[in-house]
Amino acid sequence: MTAAVAERPLTSYPDELGRFGCFGGRFVPETLIDALNQMTAAYAEAKADPAFQSELEHHWKHYVGRPSPLFRAGRLSALVGGAEIHLKREDLNHTGAHKINNAIGQVMLAVRMGKTRIIAETGAGQHGVATATACALFGLECTIYMGEEDIRRQKLNVFNMRTMGATVVPVNAGSRTLRDATNEAMRDWMGSSRTTHYTIGSVVGPHPFPMIVRDFQSVIGREARRQAIEQIGRLPDAVVACVGGGSNAAGIFHPFVEDDAVELIGAEAGGRGPTLGEHASSLTQGSPGVLHGSLSYVLQDDEGQTSAVHSLSAGLDYPGVGPEHSFWKETGRVRYEAITDAEALEAYYSLARREGILPALESSHAVAQGMKEAARLGKGRALVVCLSGRGDKDAYEIARLRGEPLV
Amino acid sequence: MNRIDTLFSRLKSRGEKALMPFLTAGDPNLETTAALVAEVLRRGAHLVEIGVPYSDPIADGPVISASYTRALDRGCKLTDILNMIKKLRDDGLTAPLVTMVSYAIVHRRGVDRYLDEALAAGVDGLIVPDLPVEEAARLIERVQARDLRLIQLVTPTTPRDRAVRIARSTTGFLYYVSVAGITGERRELPSDLVENVAWLRGQTDLPIGIGFGISSPEHVHLLAPAADGLIVGSAIVRRIADGQDKPREALVREVGDFVSELAAALRPD
Repeated sequence: MTAAVAERPLTSYPDELGRFGCFGGRFVPETLIDALNQMTAAYAEAKADPAFQSELEHHWKHYVGRPSPLFRAGRLSALVGGAEIHLKREDLNHTGAHKINNAIGQVMLAVRMGKTRIIAETGAGQHGVATATACALFGLECTIYMGEEDIRRQKLNVFNMRTMGATVVPVNAGSRTLRDATNEAMRDWMGSSRTTHYTIGSVVGPHPFPMIVRDFQSVIGREARRQAIEQIGRLPDAVVACVGGGSNAAGIFHPFVEDDAVELIGAEAGGRGPTLGEHASSLTQGSPGVLHGSLSYVLQDDEGQTSAVHSLSAGLDYPGVGPEHSFWKETGRVRYEAITDAEALEAYYSLARREGILPALESSHAVAQGMKEAARLGKGRALVVCLSGRGDKDAYEIARLRGEPLV
Repeated sequence: MNRIDTLFSRLKSRGEKALMPFLTAGDPNLETTAALVAEVLRRGAHLVEIGVPYSDPIADGPVISASYTRALDRGCKLTDILNMIKKLRDDGLTAPLVTMVSYAIVHRRGVDRYLDEALAAGVDGLIVPDLPVEEAARLIERVQARDLRLIQLVTPTTPRDRAVRIARSTTGFLYYVSVAGITGERRELPSDLVENVAWLRGQTDLPIGIGFGISSPEHVHLLAPAADGLIVGSAIVRRIADGQDKPREALVREVGDFVSELAAALRPD
């Protein structure tokens, strides 16, 4: 694999085939191509339609509660004793995470395309809840595929999805996590694409999904950039986000990718350590391969079979990553690091005790990486950490790990 | 001449149709797969599609997905599959063999290396079900440089101009997917299937094979006049799944009996 070199400005990717350098594309059955082409055309129209954009902004403001605050975490920064840490509070969004930004955008796109049914995959359940929420808001039928292991870990989200009228289909194949749920959602869509839109939850999958999800999530980065200038008086020295599939990271990074002075750092799930099967660090430990419709870094064996992965966090427990992240890695624009389960848990407690904020376990990886970067950068510098979601959903799992089960 | 081309020109001159069963390599093990390949050919099949197990097959329904999982759990590796094919050739097997393989596996192996190894083993062509024509240019070029065929798929959701484009870069035969959806047995096949294949027939000189959902001798009988060949996958793989614990001879005989029924249904009234 030759290193990708950006031939054009980084914000101009992907090309018309959905390529980010050599990554991305469409590696899906012919049956889905027509639906993907229709979606590409409908999205291009919607993007250029001021009425669509203003309706989306209306929902983001009045329903989601945007803009989300940029909060200076003074006591956490003092604990580290280095750069000032600012938290982009996506956890304060309606439904508790950044996932709703994309879910509303895609469900609006589905309505525009005349689709009557929505399907989605979910890992931690945040995207499932966001999709079920958007479907309730727009009156569409909703089916969510979720691995049985994730259903066990994320009972509250499953209960909430069902309460809002969604059908949650347990997936018992393979590792019974996000990867298997994604397979099942794609299989559903193979037979249902005429009436059904697949609301993919991350910047993964075949073109145009990585582009559409990134665009909808870029509201995070646009706001953070503006808020940094207003509140810090300049651009931050670094921006940190956690990366599973990579949607909150793509969303916060993208508006900064051409700001060369801003370091961008992605925190992957380092799990229990660097042995294959014990982590979910596709970018730092994987190799280019094909999974779920695109060419990107994948955790795979010598034969191209997808590897087992582990993360404490259900939302990062995924063996692939969005193709644009692979491109940013290869071009050197973003640095990716692994944060272990233990480091993430420690950051979870630090933020809880120093700031009174319970982060999602996914976001705790970003907090842990942010604390390391703050120490490295030192005093007088400032960084933004994307706090992609809140930790309510994780209380049961954390209590169980502590030996104090809540139910 | 490539064995796939030879087969279809021979059948055409006789007014006959091809029966093309699908078998998952390594389910329940490669020795049984080899015995099954030989048996289905003895029972009237003309070409065998050998499925290379993949961990995340999004085009496949529960029957074939589960067979892939079983094979992988038992340690089935690509090199062993190609060695099995090589051994079948060394033992004198002359029928065309096609691998159904995810691009994830081809990419990991390296396109050239995969094709060289497959060709050396005695493979005649490949179907890459997750490689649409836009992404296939490189593979098409490499396949054409060798005595291999790339069988591409046209589906009910493929617009007509696109179907023509796919046919132009396809070699061996064109695979018409009967239903919009995943692989698996179906009681009913779409009413416009025969009509769609007839249209396609007017656009290309390639032989046309129909697959997905064909599960019974009745389906075979109904569709044989419309196509040059029929592919039966899940209905066979399910019988293998059900017979996992039987002695190899009994399992092979049972699958052979089913293929005999399908072959009989291939002949016109």
